[in-house]
Amino acid sequence: MNPFDYRRAEDADSAVAAVAGRPAAAFLGGGTNLVDHMKLGIANPELLVDVTRLPLGGVEPLEDGGVRVGAGVRNSDLAADPLIRERYPVLSQALLSGASGQLRNLATTGGNLLQRTRCVYFQDVTTPCNKREPGSGCSAIGGWNRYHAVLGASDQCVAVHPSDMAVALCALDAVVRVQGPGGHRGIPLVDFHRLPGEEPDRDTVLEHGELITSIDLPELPMAARSKYRKVRDRASYAFALVSVAAALDVAGGRVREARIAFGGLAHKPWRATRAEEALRGEPATARAFGAAADAELADARPLPGNGFKVPMARSALVSTLTELAGEDA
Amino acid sequence: MTELLRPRAMGSDVARLEGWAKVTGTAPYAYEHPVDNPAHAHALQASIARGRITGIDTAAARELPGVLAVLTHENAPALASTEDGELAILQSGEVHYRGQLIGAVIAENPEIARHAAALVRVDYEQAGHDAEFSAERDDLHTPEQVNPAFATDTAQGDLEAAFESAPVRVDATYTTPMEHNNPMEPHTTVAVRGDGGLTLHDSTQGAHTVRQVVAKLFGLDRERVRVVSPHVGGGFGSKGLPHSHVVLAVMAAGLLEGRPVKLALTRQQMFSLTGHRTPTVQRIRLGADRDGRLTAIAHDVIEQSSKVKIFAEQSAEPSRHMYAAGNRRTTHRLALLDVPVPSWMRAPGECPGMFAGEVAMDELAVACGLDPVELRLRNEPETDPESGKPFSSRNLVACLREGVRRFGWQDRDPEPGVRREDGWLVGTGVASAVYPANVFPGSAAAIRRTADGYQVRIGAADIGTGTWTALSQIAADALGVGLEEIDLRIGDTELPHATVAGGSSGLSSWGSAVVDAAAAFREKFGTDPSVGDEADGTVPDNPDRKRYEMKAFGAQFAEVRVREDTGEVRVPRMLGVFAAGRIVNPRTARSQFVGGMTMGISMALHEQSVLDPRFGHVVNHDFAEYHVATNADVHRIDVHWLDEHDPHVNPVGTKGIGEIGIVGAAAAVANAAYHATGLRVRELPITPDRFLG
Amino acid sequence: MEAEITLDVDGERHRITADTRTTVLDALRDHLGITSAKKGCDHGQCGACTVLADGRRVTTCLSLAVASQDVHFTTAQGLARDGGHPVQQAFLDHDAFQCGYCTPGQVCSAVGVLDEFGRGWPSAVTPDVRAEPELDDEEIRERMSGNLCRCGAYTGIVAAIGEVGGNR
Repeated sequence: MNPFDYRRAEDADSAVAAVAGRPAAAFLGGGTNLVDHMKLGIANPELLVDVTRLPLGGVEPLEDGGVRVGAGVRNSDLAADPLIRERYPVLSQALLSGASGQLRNLATTGGNLLQRTRCVYFQDVTTPCNKREPGSGCSAIGGWNRYHAVLGASDQCVAVHPSDMAVALCALDAVVRVQGPGGHRGIPLVDFHRLPGEEPDRDTVLEHGELITSIDLPELPMAARSKYRKVRDRASYAFALVSVAAALDVAGGRVREARIAFGGLAHKPWRATRAEEALRGEPATARAFGAAADAELADARPLPGNGFKVPMARSALVSTLTELAGEDA
Repeated sequence: MTELLRPRAMGSDVARLEGWAKVTGTAPYAYEHPVDNPAHAHALQASIARGRITGIDTAAARELPGVLAVLTHENAPALASTEDGELAILQSGEVHYRGQLIGAVIAENPEIARHAAALVRVDYEQAGHDAEFSAERDDLHTPEQVNPAFATDTAQGDLEAAFESAPVRVDATYTTPMEHNNPMEPHTTVAVRGDGGLTLHDSTQGAHTVRQVVAKLFGLDRERVRVVSPHVGGGFGSKGLPHSHVVLAVMAAGLLEGRPVKLALTRQQMFSLTGHRTPTVQRIRLGADRDGRLTAIAHDVIEQSSKVKIFAEQSAEPSRHMYAAGNRRTTHRLALLDVPVPSWMRAPGECPGMFAGEVAMDELAVACGLDPVELRLRNEPETDPESGKPFSSRNLVACLREGVRRFGWQDRDPEPGVRREDGWLVGTGVASAVYPANVFPGSAAAIRRTADGYQVRIGAADIGTGTWTALSQIAADALGVGLEEIDLRIGDTELPHATVAGGSSGLSSWGSAVVDAAAAFREKFGTDPSVGDEADGTVPDNPDRKRYEMKAFGAQFAEVRVREDTGEVRVPRMLGVFAAGRIVNPRTARSQFVGGMTMGISMALHEQSVLDPRFGHVVNHDFAEYHVATNADVHRIDVHWLDEHDPHVNPVGTKGIGEIGIVGAAAAVANAAYHATGLRVRELPITPDRFLG
Repeated sequence: MEAEITLDVDGERHRITADTRTTVLDALRDHLGITSAKKGCDHGQCGACTVLADGRRVTTCLSLAVASQDVHFTTAQGLARDGGHPVQQAFLDHDAFQCGYCTPGQVCSAVGVLDEFGRGWPSAVTPDVRAEPELDDEEIRERMSGNLCRCGAYTGIVAAIGEVGGNR
């Protein structure tokens, strides 16, 4: 780990100015991913600006019916928040299926969104990786790629995004509020993370110096009936092989609307718009759910080590929607 | 053997004597022994799998404030002994495997040491490497013997003819992956040099073994080397023999003129440096008559080892002793590769070998239409199939029968793939377990009368096995006094010599020495000794060892659930029934059995080190990617043991219990997964994808 | 870079001069000689370094000491003041450990888990996150899964926590 300066931010403006003014500066939240990467030599900041004392810790109802989650809210507090549990159970479940109790007590909402991939080659500075060192090559292609992407990958990178929380936020149409040197902006969660393309080193659309201040959840009554399903190699404390976040609105046995996102399949949380479209107006049956999954997964391009993810994702979606349809009945 | 020691303290449910120190975290492990003004070392590792260092630029590292020294092959001392290819580090620029130690940075604090390590520039002349394990290779090596000193191959009768003519046959290949011991305490050595002597606070399963190895490597007088390790954070074989980091720590301390050096390996470094279980490819052929009576058993094993040091795991060894069959053969062959050096991991040989053998037996039971317990009962040998010698005691049948009763096996429907509960397929499976009842010669114990009782001294180790408590119980009974009168001292080479805590031999070996010392003490001083009276003892020669086969046995039962749609696997229930001689402390013994079975579940479902042959190292080298079972993976585990009285094994009557709990556990899980799904998985670990597509 | 750091551990305030890179774990072990928190992986993947921070369980290997100056830390050693914590006694009674290396972290995590139950926090296995969870073995297992134990003492750990938590 390289030496660095440490500064505790007094307010958001000065935090943004401090990081924006120095290319090798970074915000420090819970540190669970950044400090990990600093130890591994993946991240080498020269200045850490600690934003954990900024007043970004609230979970507040918004006048438009939504909920604003401060970027500094710890994952465990967000998962346990009564408003979230009542209105967006899928988000609570997704948070609780990530990491461990100890890490959730440290990790912040904003930091969770910025988690980087767990690709073993990305995490090992002795192997080539285009995400860590552009142009060096992708070791996962032709290597161990059991956990890697089946959708939206490029010949530069086949990594997947590791967050569970972000998958739920993706399904819920959340908006990421950021403050940068040029002011404030809102970024829909579905556009916040990138596909690797030719620039796999860029995980998100954030510019250097932009600070996540909150995540806004829109009013979404159907989300009261929502679920997160995570399939993993261990029963707990493991990254997803595949995961599904879904909310379902059923009336008279037919799907009025569905919100679906997959985790573990792509470089970003994967909003399953094709599946959602395929379901609209269809009977709420396992057959229709399977057809919707097939529509979404038609473009899947598995690697030699992860062909199982396609049927696994299909099954996870069908069972999740079936359970939700059962609740609705 | 004549009389077994009479149990009074033994058999009592005594809480761990060091328990309070452990639940509060005050029991000191290697890194934690206070030493004066320690320096911190960070290891440097080769980033190629084979070749030679042509240049190593340490200037930037040395110039960093706080860096005290940089150790490389250019300034390392010449070792007095270089015959061990794993340990003879820094003697040249040669690189034999990726991750090999090539030096260390020693600094004022760990942060600087680690930072400076990243500044060392190494140039290599890279040679082509070969790190791809495959059973299809045409250059497989036949080792001279297999661990620890068994015959490489054995043959009896006419295997081929018997197999070909058998009416029922199983011919299948099973694979187990490379696995890593991963004790929770990373391997750590604190080296203190001074006054011509050397003290090591080391995380080891055998302080005396470390002393012996280090003294020889550095040409030191053995008496000038002291190794201290009162508490060890697990080992599972990986701390049974010193690995190359111990050599590095001693060398590093040599550069500092008396200042202590702390070297703790990182979790990632452990995957290259502290041994691993070899991957195996095991072909098993079983030939039987229609009643399931075996006529032919063949077990042919292919494993990997490192070119720089050969270790051959005895995976076919258990097949030499388990079941009666007139025609048999076992073989071991090795792919010698440019990879890290394999070593002991909990029940080397029996653990992977009994996975293959016991799944094959399950396949034979299906082929014969027989209950798998009944199949095993029908093939119970009267004497050891290999040597013809009688067993000192063999209660496999009793274990199986007791297990049948306790597990509720009687009502089992043999039909696979038909029990569904809430989207889960449910099944049950069984497997046998065996492990040799080892006693190693060479341990010694000393007993001295003190004002409060008796001080019992032996350089034994407690790696979590309960030695502090159980050996005190043995000492109490050996002396005929209450447990509270025993003041046990272990974990230090200042104490009488003790053999390694390995091969499930610890308590049997050390206990034998303690019993011998106690007898000598009583003979010399009677029952009313004076303070300061002292006697010692050793492990006596046991002529019964030549007359009998001595092994512990067990039966493993498992219930498995597999999610029909996603393939997720759960083990809601396991039962292990063991016949392992005398149980000294039921509380700590239960924990060892349960712990072995827990590691067996972990092996069955999770563990796999992925060695990327392009690079030559294990790429999933941390706890996020190398999965061991979490709390949520382990549900109900029941353990029962038979009250087994074996007067032949040793004066204490123990057979050793550290390893048998893992043997057969993965096979029971695999057999249950077959019964649940109808899909036969012959490859570990049994991950969800095995059941998809 | 060196920094003056104040750390509050087990009820005592300590002032140290340490590198900004120093984690809370290394500050405890290397600077304060408080070795109750163990280093098992140094990357938040094993839980051996778990302590309580203002009463909440956290890993300490990924927290920088310089950023943790107004936090009250309690280690397993600190829990033992005043005759020991019931969780520690229950671990002894159920032989909920072997080598003992993960144990202080398990103990701190268990204390945190019981507190989280007390506050009605759900877990990944709570059937309905909108409802209060019930303390049963499945809940304990899931919540304790951030603490790896290689000796395989999980069944004893679950029994110990269940006993203290009034399970059954």
